[in-house]
Amino acid sequence: MPVIEVTHLKKRYGDLVAVDDVSFAVEAGEIFGVLGPNGAGKTTTVECVAGLRVPDGGGVSVLGLDPRRDAAQLRQRVGVQLQESQLPDRLRVAEALELYASFYRNPADPAALIDKLGLGDKRNTAYKKLSGGQKQRLSIALALVGNPEIAILDELTTGLDPQARRDTWGLIEQVRDSGVTIVLVTHFMEEAERLCDRVAVIDRGRVVALDSPAGLVSTVAPEQRIRFRPSAPVDDRLLTDLPEVSAVQRTGGQVVVTGTGDLLHAVTSVLARHQIVAADLRLEQSTLDDAFVELTGHRPAN
Amino acid sequence: MHAFRNILRTEARLYLRDLPTLLTIVGLPTMILVVLGLIPSLREPDPNFDGQNFVNYFAPSLLVVTLAMVGVNTMPMALATYRERGVLRRLATTPAHPGALLAAQLVVALAAILASALLLIVVGRLAFGVPLPRHPLGFTLAFVLGTAALLALGLLVAAVARTTKAAQALAVPLFLLTMFFGGVYLPRFLLPDAVARIGDYTPPGVQALLDAWTGPSPQPLHLAIMAVIAVAAGASAAKLFRWE
Ligand SMILES: Nc1ncnc2c1ncn2[C@@H]1O[C@H](COP(=O)(O)OP(=O)(O)OP(=O)(O)O)[C@@H](O)[C@H]1O
Ligand SMILES: [Mg+2]
Repeated sequence: MPVIEVTHLKKRYGDLVAVDDVSFAVEAGEIFGVLGPNGAGKTTTVECVAGLRVPDGGGVSVLGLDPRRDAAQLRQRVGVQLQESQLPDRLRVAEALELYASFYRNPADPAALIDKLGLGDKRNTAYKKLSGGQKQRLSIALALVGNPEIAILDELTTGLDPQARRDTWGLIEQVRDSGVTIVLVTHFMEEAERLCDRVAVIDRGRVVALDSPAGLVSTVAPEQRIRFRPSAPVDDRLLTDLPEVSAVQRTGGQVVVTGTGDLLHAVTSVLARHQIVAADLRLEQSTLDDAFVELTGHRPAN
Repeated sequence: MHAFRNILRTEARLYLRDLPTLLTIVGLPTMILVVLGLIPSLREPDPNFDGQNFVNYFAPSLLVVTLAMVGVNTMPMALATYRERGVLRRLATTPAHPGALLAAQLVVALAAILASALLLIVVGRLAFGVPLPRHPLGFTLAFVLGTAALLALGLLVAAVARTTKAAQALAVPLFLLTMFFGGVYLPRFLLPDAVARIGDYTPPGVQALLDAWTGPSPQPLHLAIMAVIAVAAGASAAKLFRWE
């Protein structure tokens, strides 16, 4: 039973079609990623799921409920971190969390959440005196303070330093392990690869791919590349005859072999049989970055 | 209710934390009163003011100062800022309604207005012998309706302005006009008669305040106009208000 079902979602802002036709289902307990270039319609999509925007067409069901009609119930059960949302300048960290905790029936312990998000020494700091990353962490804490069953996080780690980003990933994994379903909008491929069970790639308001990160990479951009410096001259034919190899190039003294499947094993075996040593051997695999570019024709933001 | 109480407590705390603004809002009218009251000639009875002295005559205009500052300036600006910065939207994702934050803003604004008026009346009475309002009921009515009309105008500003910049562009002229017609910049006896008459009908209705404080008693028409403005502006604001 999926906990979120989006079917043929459509949303316009005046003449601009922000979401054209988006469908996906999120299973209980998974981390579901939403990727896509700027303006693709990611925020609009998740805001329709969160009940903040009214779709112009299609259906959204969350925990079996309608985000608009059953808003009161869902607000208790779904935590949302908006992409752009601030707090009053003078509000302090602990005050904000305690206030937001008081809205929920079964809130998390604000003090424990503050510590978990590394804001322990900032609990009495006013919002305007926090750094960008600290504000972001507070925002994540506010999305989680209601002990939600589903957390929708729009641009989770934008603005965090690499260490804080890794810490936040750890936190999100912990949250998922406690049974929370997570919808994650992100521009960071590394984040999607590390965290997401499945990823929907959205481009110009449509889902262009939906798979696990590894699945996306292998179907969209399955190419691998091996570079090495042979100890003796190699005949190209030796390599191109292998079924795994699709191309062989030479740059300087380097041989670059592209192909698919168990490319590394095939190439090293044939070299070994001819007593050629491959020095400086490197295997380059396609990444989610490559798959993303392939799918959307855009470079990822970072 | 529970959420509203907590939001109100937080808003009150934030209000108290901004001390310079708080002191200005609550204390400025009284400070002006004290400065004027220290000038002996302004405490002499004057035929210009039906035999009252200038301090008595000017006190209702001083009430306008805080009403204008809060009603058409700090309150709508605070709401516009909350909207622009996504505070209202974030609240909309929680079980609390953003309307609770709007209501809390109104309550703290009212509290500040009330504190400022009480301070002015008490200091005026104790330090300069300004009589307590002669028609307590009429004065309360004039004050409540005048306040309601101004706050409703302020809400309308917050409702139609999409950004804080736009809110500012509306709030500043509205503030200046309120102060001008309220006789704060120039005492009203110096204003052309037509201008002073307009001031009778612009919120918060300074003539009704004056009539109820030291004069015969407020005129029903003046009060009715304030009520109409409050209801009309309030209803339009409720209709037009955007949470994002
Ligand atoms: N409130 C709005 N009014 C009008 N147009 C909007 C509004 N919000 C978004 N849009 C437009 O809709 C399109 C999709 O926006 P959306 O915010 O969903 O994109 P996104 O995928 O989240 O982008 P980003 O990665 O930059 O956050 C964009 O072209 C944007 O300009
Ligand atoms: Mg977005």
